Amino acid sequence: MQDLLQQLLNGLSQGSIYALIAVGYTMIYGIIQLINFAHGDVIMVGAYVALGAVLMGFGFIPSLLIAMLVCAVLGVLIERVAYRRVRPVSRLAALTSAIGVSLFLEYTMMYFLGADIRTFPPGVLAERTYSLGGVMITNKDLLVLGTTVILVVVLQYIIFRTRTGKAMRAVSFDGQAAQLMGVNVNNTVAITFFIGSAMAAAAGMLYGIYFNSVQPLMGLMPGLKAFIAAVLGGIGSIPGAMLGGILLGMTESLVAGFGGSMYRDAVAFIILILILLIKPTGLLGKGVQEKV
Amino acid sequence: MKFWRKRGKALALLTVLTFVFGVFAAGCGDNAAENGDTIKIGVNYELSGPVATYGTSCKNGIMLAFEEINKDGGVLGKDIEGLVQDNKSQNREARNIAEKLVSQGVVAVIGPATTGNVRAAEPVLSKAKITLLATAATAPEVTYNEKTKKVRDYVFRVCIIDPDQSQVMSNYIFDELKLKNGAIIVDKDNDYSVGLGRTFKEFFTAKGGKIVAEEGFVPTDTAFKPQLTSIASKKPDFIYIPAYYNQVGLIIKQARELGIDLPIMGADGWDSPKLVSLAGEGNLSQCYFTNHYSIEDPAEHIQNFINAYKEKHDTTPDAFAALGYDAGYLMAEAIKQAGSADPQKIQDALLNIKDFEGVTGKLSYDEKHNPIKEVSIIEMVDGKQKLIKKMQPEH
Repeated sequence: MQDLLQQLLNGLSQGSIYALIAVGYTMIYGIIQLINFAHGDVIMVGAYVALGAVLMGFGFIPSLLIAMLVCAVLGVLIERVAYRRVRPVSRLAALTSAIGVSLFLEYTMMYFLGADIRTFPPGVLAERTYSLGGVMITNKDLLVLGTTVILVVVLQYIIFRTRTGKAMRAVSFDGQAAQLMGVNVNNTVAITFFIGSAMAAAAGMLYGIYFNSVQPLMGLMPGLKAFIAAVLGGIGSIPGAMLGGILLGMTESLVAGFGGSMYRDAVAFIILILILLIKPTGLLGKGVQEKV
Repeated sequence: MKFWRKRGKALALLTVLTFVFGVFAAGCGDNAAENGDTIKIGVNYELSGPVATYGTSCKNGIMLAFEEINKDGGVLGKDIEGLVQDNKSQNREARNIAEKLVSQGVVAVIGPATTGNVRAAEPVLSKAKITLLATAATAPEVTYNEKTKKVRDYVFRVCIIDPDQSQVMSNYIFDELKLKNGAIIVDKDNDYSVGLGRTFKEFFTAKGGKIVAEEGFVPTDTAFKPQLTSIASKKPDFIYIPAYYNQVGLIIKQARELGIDLPIMGADGWDSPKLVSLAGEGNLSQCYFTNHYSIEDPAEHIQNFINAYKEKHDTTPDAFAALGYDAGYLMAEAIKQAGSADPQKIQDALLNIKDFEGVTGKLSYDEKHNPIKEVSIIEMVDGKQKLIKKMQPEH
């Protein structure tokens, strides 16, 4: 029983990391229907920037803010250079462009900083472990989970309670009509990328600290897993991304913990395939209405 | 048109001929090398990529050895020139670089560091009949083809082989630490790790020990708590993790976070300063691994090497640097004994090396081109290495 609880807790902390990444993923999809495959790599850039800031002597919070700002600007830049012109043409073109950006970021980083693993210096975050009746939890787990919940709430507020959010929803619903009504579509998309990439940077720094490793391909696998989480929860739905992330983390943890450690990734991708076959809108996704 | 077509054919023929001669000339590159001012030796290492610290240390050790040799007048009156190339820790690159080095007319190649990369580079060099001296590739398969039961004539190594490491570690755990129930975690995607895990299990159960849990992971994994939780529930006395430092560091950290304070054992893949920063100093206690040498060994030639290395690189040499250093000197010794920088004569000379005194121990080759050497057992205490003892494996 205690083992099961510990496994569920392991899954919860792994899942909240997926959720943290999936939230940014799904937000960008929700607004412009683009699967931003470069999201995982923005996370990686965020982790490097945060690591750089920490090594220059900044504390946890200032480093986090620096990384978020740098990545937000990077996100806007990526959108301007790689997506804006292909976005109206076809979704496939934008998707291909996103994969290009992803590889570009990975290998540029590798070229300039090398492929070896770097670590955050000890003491960026005083680590503590708590024992709840034999079940172990660290303050890092709580930090990741807490950050995810806060981000979900903040994003829901921005999207449903502010003017910018209204513009985002309008663009998401029908870009052309929104433009006719006086919404600046390009600016709205840029803002979406600004926020989404800032979230990625936050996820990157937390990921880097949580696993104590930063390297150029660190965003690849978590990026894919977060994509699965987003699809599982219903791509475009922010609470869905959180739910999907946590469910995926727990499933993986149970699979790995009860003898199937080699099938962990396989199970994750099987879930993706099943969801796409059975309920493509995901657990919390809206039904899609074909526009006439 | 016809004219051009003919011209095209002639050009193609010319190209092919040039290529063939190029390869041929490269294959007998010894002439070029011997006529030149230097003896060219290829240095094919992992200078970037996931195992960059292994390759970089090896390369630093080799280049230090060459530098010292050249300062003392070189070999056969010539300087040794190390042609350093980065294989990016990739099999394909390791092979490409072997080809490139052959075409540059090297008389022998030192490296790569890891078993997988050596095995990728080996066919190119064997075909060109140029010796590959591996520094840290510890799988038996590297010098001996298990399928055809034949020794790979042109591959030698400086390090002990994997079964030596797992044998010594299982003896130490069973006889000296008196622990009977073990758990094993291996990197399923890595020949080195899988091989060590398998042989450890064989040696340990043959002594009467029991393996109560076996788990695996893939290199992209970063979360190991599920496997560790499952291992802890089987109540082993220790965990054996023969894998590379980048994962071992994370596994040890996560094990300690789960409150698992069992002894954790491993092999030479642990030896990297990065292990300490990945796992955290405080977590690295009650951890033991087998290695090729120890910086604490008081022998004079070892301390001289350590000081020279420290002066140059501002850090203490790990085992990979020591193996590289030995490889550099061993190669020079082989060329000296061969009396020529002819690749074939170098290979003959290596076969007959007897009691070569290196910093990683006294080296002679057995019939499978494996050195017969002592294995050091190192304990980590608060992130610092401590030499426990040296043990001789039984061959």
